[in-house]
Amino acid sequence: MSTNLKKRVTDIGPPHYEQFLPPIIKENYGKWKYHYFMRAGVMVHVGESGDQLYTVRAASPRLCSVHTIRFFADLADEFCDGYLRFTSRNNVEFLLSDESKVEPLIERLAKEGFPVGGFGNSISNPVHTQGWIHCHSAASDASGVVKALMDDLFEYFAEPKLPAKLRLAFACCLNMCGAVHCSDIAILGVHRRIPEINNETIRAQCEIPTTVASCPTGAIRPTTVNGTKSVEVIEEQCMFCANCYTVCPSMTLNDPEMDGLSIWVGGKVSNARTEPKFSKLAIPYIPNNPPRWPEVVEAVRNIVEVYAAGAQKFERLGEWIERIGWPKFFELTGIEFTKYHIDDFSHAGETFKRSLHFRQ
Amino acid sequence: MSEKELKTPLVDELEEGPWPSFVKEIKSLDNPKAKDLLGVLERSYRDKVGHWKHGGLVGVMGYGGGVIGRYNDLPDEFPEVAAFHTLRVNHPAGWFYTSDVLRKLCDVWEEHGSGLTNMHGSTGDIIFLGCSTEELEPTFKKLTELGFDLGGSGSCLRTPSCCNGMARCEWACYDTMALTYDLTMEYQDELHRPPFPYKFKFKMAGCANDCVASIARADMSIIGTWKDEIRIDADAVKEYAEAGDLDILVDVVSRCPTKCMSWDGQELLIDDADCVKCMHCINAMPKALAPGKDRGATILVGSKAPIIGGALLSSVMVPFLKMEPPYEDLKELVDALWELWGEHGKNRERIGEFIQRIGLGNFLDQIGLDPTPEMIAQPRANPYIFYELDDEDEYEDDED
Repeated sequence: MSTNLKKRVTDIGPPHYEQFLPPIIKENYGKWKYHYFMRAGVMVHVGESGDQLYTVRAASPRLCSVHTIRFFADLADEFCDGYLRFTSRNNVEFLLSDESKVEPLIERLAKEGFPVGGFGNSISNPVHTQGWIHCHSAASDASGVVKALMDDLFEYFAEPKLPAKLRLAFACCLNMCGAVHCSDIAILGVHRRIPEINNETIRAQCEIPTTVASCPTGAIRPTTVNGTKSVEVIEEQCMFCANCYTVCPSMTLNDPEMDGLSIWVGGKVSNARTEPKFSKLAIPYIPNNPPRWPEVVEAVRNIVEVYAAGAQKFERLGEWIERIGWPKFFELTGIEFTKYHIDDFSHAGETFKRSLHFRQ
Repeated sequence: MSEKELKTPLVDELEEGPWPSFVKEIKSLDNPKAKDLLGVLERSYRDKVGHWKHGGLVGVMGYGGGVIGRYNDLPDEFPEVAAFHTLRVNHPAGWFYTSDVLRKLCDVWEEHGSGLTNMHGSTGDIIFLGCSTEELEPTFKKLTELGFDLGGSGSCLRTPSCCNGMARCEWACYDTMALTYDLTMEYQDELHRPPFPYKFKFKMAGCANDCVASIARADMSIIGTWKDEIRIDADAVKEYAEAGDLDILVDVVSRCPTKCMSWDGQELLIDDADCVKCMHCINAMPKALAPGKDRGATILVGSKAPIIGGALLSSVMVPFLKMEPPYEDLKELVDALWELWGEHGKNRERIGEFIQRIGLGNFLDQIGLDPTPEMIAQPRANPYIFYELDDEDEYEDDED
């Protein structure tokens, strides 16, 4: 114990953001006029005052060591008076008021392995979850798949050459930390076998009624095994959502052979042109293949390339699919359409085609 | 494991390639925790299965949230990460920092934890990844000395987060960072001590582009909009037309969802009464077009990821609300929602699912909001109406 016992404080909340804003932002706060892209990875905001703010965006691996954060801090000191920010997609952004420092900063970043890009019609840094690095319910790794994907799709981060922006997201189980369910392309970890019940630990770790109640399809029933209260799972009713595992650690779904990844397409959160929409199933299952998941990388690249070749300017992936129709999407991408693509959860009937508006 | 050199051939392959490598980040730390973490990850890559166990109750004194307990299932082989908890640290609104404060945060985390972070986690917090149980309280103490506090987890209010709003965007229709800070401070108790059936998230977006995915993942999505006319700079429209990168008729006018624009090659006209404020034309010509001046926000409620009743997008609760301090109308709405859902929501039922269970009409009755057609995509098409016969007298009165 420290002898210097200061009073313990709580409930102070975060520091006020204002102390971290560069002077150019304080002066132009709420008074920006317009912006433009100077080059890939550089956005310029012009204030009503005429001031120009140069934002240089670089990729981060999301999992950052203190050394890398200090490196970013050093760059901020050298190039922009110590001011920087992070984006909702784990990019780091340097906030420059001196245009002449833009190119030297980009060179330094590149030299240390932090490429700039991600603005405009590009693939920005994928949002992702913890995966095998730190999560108990992960059906796959997150950082590894994203690293493999972005090594391959790097050109689309570095150059804004797509018809519209493309938002890539990864979640390692159905809990979907982050909004992967409304992404242009979402990769989602899936379990495919029913929970394995540990009858030795379930009485100590779980409340049986809560566990039974946790199942959205009513597949869990109370039972007695060797005189001990436990639960059983009706196999045909289990859809592998793992909600039971969240409330009861004695019901594990992780399985080396059965776990893997699914791919979802066409979601967006922006209201621009068309309403926000969910991502829909493109590929129901791809096995885990670490360390570089080549089948997943190939599948995503195929979707990106077919979209890039066929979409009109400003069309997000989901808007392009809505224009050409789902049959054409499956035909052009060569992705097999299966019974798994047809919804059978609540309100599934709303997704059936109930018109003749399709191409023969 | 730490005493002998660990071989990690599978994860080592992820050091190569143009994208920044998280493996390099872990290796750069060269401390026993980082070494064991890499070892565990190598095992997962070999076994194709995770090696982390369900949480357990850990935290700092007096808080019910902010720490995610995490244990390893191979503690004998990897003792340094046997207990490897997460601290969620409430970020400053907009994720702006000075180099000075970042270095101080790094010093705390290097001294007390693994030195690994996420900048940032999905909810928005700074994530300190890998803290032993004993180090939680000392880390928290150092953080508060620096002026930082923990964020939310479990059935707490989750750390509110926002786009960078007026700080660096001309489209922000209200001050997202100011509101985020205000709500975070107003609801500190809810943020640290779980009061709800399940999590509750606020996300503040300055315009309908929704750069923080508010409509997809916030129980309350506060998204900026305006009521009056889009401002047009006719000279700048001409500049776009002459520059040739943009075909104004094809790329802007024909992509308008309500067809409320026209362009004759000389003049761009907008019938603002028909505009749904989708942002497309403004996105396409930021120098020429800008949101109007009568600005505020639409309040939507109820989005969430699939677990458990299926994914939801937020739906409109208040079509337009001025967003000015002290945000009394907004807070009154928040209090009404929390009171109803807090009393009648089931365990692990998000507010969006709760509304679906009891019906949006009933929900509005209970919180005292009048129904308006902006709240729905379409009226019901089925005739199975729960007429409330007790109200018949009122209906007769109305006819007088």
